[in-house]
Amino acid sequence: MAAMAVALRGLGGRFRWRTQAVAGGVRGAARGAAAAQLGRKVAVVDYVEPSPQGTRWGLGGTCVNVGCIPKKLMHQAALLGGLIQDAPHYGWEVAQPVPHDWRKMAEAVQNHVKSLNWGHRVQLQDRKVKYFNIKASFVDEHTVCGVAKGGKEILLSADHIIIATGGRPRYPTHIEGALEYGITSDDIFWLKESPGKTLVVGASYVALECAGFLTGIGLDTTVMIRSIPLRGFDQQMSSMVIEHMASHGTQFLRGCAPSRVRRLPDGHLQVTWEDCTTGKEDTGTFDTVLWAIGRVPDTRSLNLEKAGVDTSPDTQKILVDSREGTSVPHIYAIGDVVEGRPELTPTAIMAGRLLVQRLFGGSSDLMDYDNVPTTVFTPLEYGCVGLSEEEAVARHGQEHVEVYHAHYKPLEFTVAGRDASQCYVKMVCLREPPQLVLGLHFLGPNAGEVTQGLALGIKCGASYAQVMRTVGIHPTCSEEVVKLRISKRSGLDPTVTGC
Amino acid sequence: MQRSPPLSPGPCAAGDAPNRRSGHAREELRRRLRGLIERSRVMIFSKSYCPHSTRVKELFSSLGVECNVLELDQVDDGAKVQEVLSEITNQKTVPNVFVNKVHVGGCDQTLQAYQSGLLQKLLQEDSAYDYDLIIVGGGSGGLSCAKEAAILGKKVMVLDFVVPSPQGTSWGLGGTCVNVGCIPKKLMHQAALLGQALCDSRKFGWEYNQQVKHNWETMTKAIQNHISSLNWGYRLSLREKAVAYVNSYGEFVEHHKIKATNKKGQETYYTAAQFVIATGERPRYLGIQGDKEYCITSDDLFSLPYCPGKTLVVGASYVALECAGFLAGFGLDVTVMVRSILLRGFDQEMAEKVGSYMEQHGVKFLRKFIPVMIQQLEKGSPGKLKVLAKSTEGTETIEGVYNTVLLAIGRDSCTRKMGLEKIGVKINEKSGKIPVNDVEQTSVPYVYAVGDVSEGKPELTPVAIQSGKLLARRLFGASLEKCDYINVPTTVFTPLEYGCCGLAEEKAIEVYKKENLEIYHTLFWPLEWTVAGRENNTCYAKIICNKLDHDRVIGFHILGPNAGEVTQGFAAAMKCGLTKQLLDDTIGIHPTCGEVGNRRF
Repeated sequence: MAAMAVALRGLGGRFRWRTQAVAGGVRGAARGAAAAQLGRKVAVVDYVEPSPQGTRWGLGGTCVNVGCIPKKLMHQAALLGGLIQDAPHYGWEVAQPVPHDWRKMAEAVQNHVKSLNWGHRVQLQDRKVKYFNIKASFVDEHTVCGVAKGGKEILLSADHIIIATGGRPRYPTHIEGALEYGITSDDIFWLKESPGKTLVVGASYVALECAGFLTGIGLDTTVMIRSIPLRGFDQQMSSMVIEHMASHGTQFLRGCAPSRVRRLPDGHLQVTWEDCTTGKEDTGTFDTVLWAIGRVPDTRSLNLEKAGVDTSPDTQKILVDSREGTSVPHIYAIGDVVEGRPELTPTAIMAGRLLVQRLFGGSSDLMDYDNVPTTVFTPLEYGCVGLSEEEAVARHGQEHVEVYHAHYKPLEFTVAGRDASQCYVKMVCLREPPQLVLGLHFLGPNAGEVTQGLALGIKCGASYAQVMRTVGIHPTCSEEVVKLRISKRSGLDPTVTGC
Repeated sequence: MQRSPPLSPGPCAAGDAPNRRSGHAREELRRRLRGLIERSRVMIFSKSYCPHSTRVKELFSSLGVECNVLELDQVDDGAKVQEVLSEITNQKTVPNVFVNKVHVGGCDQTLQAYQSGLLQKLLQEDSAYDYDLIIVGGGSGGLSCAKEAAILGKKVMVLDFVVPSPQGTSWGLGGTCVNVGCIPKKLMHQAALLGQALCDSRKFGWEYNQQVKHNWETMTKAIQNHISSLNWGYRLSLREKAVAYVNSYGEFVEHHKIKATNKKGQETYYTAAQFVIATGERPRYLGIQGDKEYCITSDDLFSLPYCPGKTLVVGASYVALECAGFLAGFGLDVTVMVRSILLRGFDQEMAEKVGSYMEQHGVKFLRKFIPVMIQQLEKGSPGKLKVLAKSTEGTETIEGVYNTVLLAIGRDSCTRKMGLEKIGVKINEKSGKIPVNDVEQTSVPYVYAVGDVSEGKPELTPVAIQSGKLLARRLFGASLEKCDYINVPTTVFTPLEYGCCGLAEEKAIEVYKKENLEIYHTLFWPLEWTVAGRENNTCYAKIICNKLDHDRVIGFHILGPNAGEVTQGFAAAMKCGLTKQLLDDTIGIHPTCGEVGNRRF
């Protein structure tokens, strides 16, 4: 899917633009809208190539249609399932078990997404951004071209072009049956019927989040992981995320890789995989196979070579400088399509906004990609900002890093009789006073909400001492962060007891 | 913190640096002085030319006791020593006399102690007192202080006694927070939220058709079980740290001596070198006919053995609104009677929004009325009560019938019946609170106060815990760190939670003037509310920035789900000098409510 922001002066079928964005992702919209507010002529060119399974969607990009929004809503559905189980402990007389209707949830989620698509279109209109639902590619360094629904070719030219086409799920095309029978996150949120017994292949946050909510709504779910979970995240935290999921019903096949998928006569999918250490083959049957093994940037169909925009030979992502500029001075790229950037919606939005302010608003503010907070919405949420423990040690050396940590029990878990073995928080600091905070990792309910403010603190250059001087809010989970007294180095038991 | 306006958030590390350096030197000196005091049988800080010092020295030499004397006028850092001494003892003058580690005082006190025989007793024993520290009150503040003092090797006793409420409710160790405050309140709030979650869950595909009823007894029993386990945990942790715990009522009878009366009326006397008062507060009654006989308070609600039924909540404190909120959440008919404003002391725009959300969710408000009489119509569990109330503005009176009347009109300190006058600890006669200096010291140097009982301090558990712990470290450790009461965050657990840190808008205007403030605000719609079909344009956040100080954030207010979890991090950021620019530069976490500050202002 592709968004470009362009600025336009019409002449027959040929338009001349001041700014143009390829791709209607959130970032394209933001930037386009912003440019229009700064008095430029802007067009957004957006087209969703249907997934191999035929799923398509509207304006707004991955986040709105097949990412954060439907993901968090389905995660919420799963959390509500947990709360229903808590409810009897708190006096609510609900007969258990309560069944879940996928169709009802999916319809509600999809309706919300459609309302957001509509909202984005209205926003573009309000800001006089021209919107083209066409698949565009470069003709030359100032011109893109695409074919409209009626078959009419549209040529758009612009002074500035911003590429924000994002990425799409990767298919393991070398595996027999992968493309025919497998789905990806592009499809799961748009399924009309329940996926049933599901095999999720991959160890990315997408894989774990999907497996988490599928388990949470009562489906038999298995995750197949070849090597390490949540690569790039703190590994202690990652393994605890897995531990929690495993103890809450998600099955894991570790160290395994699928080799083929076949459809059985009864319609089930038979998956064959190999245990990577023993080499032994095994099979299982599933209703759905979900690939979540990574994403590839949507750059191949853009004819970037015609404009002279350089990409990384390894990743096909677009190479940019700190001003988001590509190898062509007036062509820029932001969001997931860019090499080496965090693939996160708020990052893309901010990068887009700052870029337009630099282009047309006389600003020189650069995007700061350090200390970007994020949260993985697994059943037990994992929020983090700054460095992982491994990264901190790699940069500063074991001797210069102090890690404070605690196992805590959320108050709400007590009455509900929930297991809190994986509720854990750690703060990675420099050892030398004033012990600058390098990273914060929080595993527990509402991790996103907890992490956000602390990310602000880290942005302000928080030291361990300053965080400890902050009075807690009682009784919350977040107060555990300002009560971290036990360092890993001390070897003391980090289990929180009492108030 | 050296910034001139008293309530501004502190500067970042740079501003702290000089303080820290001098802090280290002071700490060193303090350690040295403590060493002198601890190693000497008699330690006299003196000045060679001071006649009072001479008298004290003569007294000890006449008793044939060898003294360690430091002449402050003959050492380089004499002035510094005197300063630190005044921090330790609250005595600015010389001589400053210690006998067997116990601070006796100046010349007059030493001579008095000699006349009363105390001095001889002090000289005889290693310690003249039964304990190094006795803490009166086993709540958050008292227990944290006790544990910390014990960790530092001191002999510590905790006296805790819960006087039963007029309705006869009583509870175990741990104080208000654990037994009749934060803990049961948050759990009942959670129960009410679960009721909302059940409604939401149908929209998210969970299928059940029956009308779900709430069972008060099941919930209360579960909550009380949890509380019992906490009570037990506290006793255990005191035992582990060898803190003596006595379930008796403490009353001062003379200097350094307290009488402990247990449930059976048996009296025991204990002495200690130092005392901490942490007796907290108890709910206030109206003082009208029928109130103590028939009304309950938050002391009773959380362990009420029966569902309260149709309830009148009197008051507009956070306790009142929180209780009214969860009761309504269980489906009960709830009315709140408010004399004047909601949530006094909190930002009034936010307070009104809290109230109007409650009103939209079934809580009735009777504004500008106060009860004048409570009558019992029927006994029972619950019974029936008639409430007569009159308008605060005119002569209008109204009548209502309720099953339960819950008073939440404020709290009074437990300071008046503990013999404070006998040892000269001053209290604020009006409020009953104990004035303390910035090291929690009362008007009597060896008596300290922490928690809700101390005057002018935020009445919050984490504040009490922090100040209790830091007090113990200052008294018995080498620490100088004082409790920092600036930018203390808190959250009101009303049906829509309200979290805040820093100044209310009114207060900010009063301190900084309106023209020097920039206020950013936004309504927001949590993602989880969309599919659930809950109202848009209800959740709200605002920040108040001081234009004269780099748009520094001096107030943060948020009304929405999980406000407590969101506010904590903002509070930490405000401790680090958060500005609007930094807020803008920080990337949000999508999709959360917390990102509202980064995306929407």
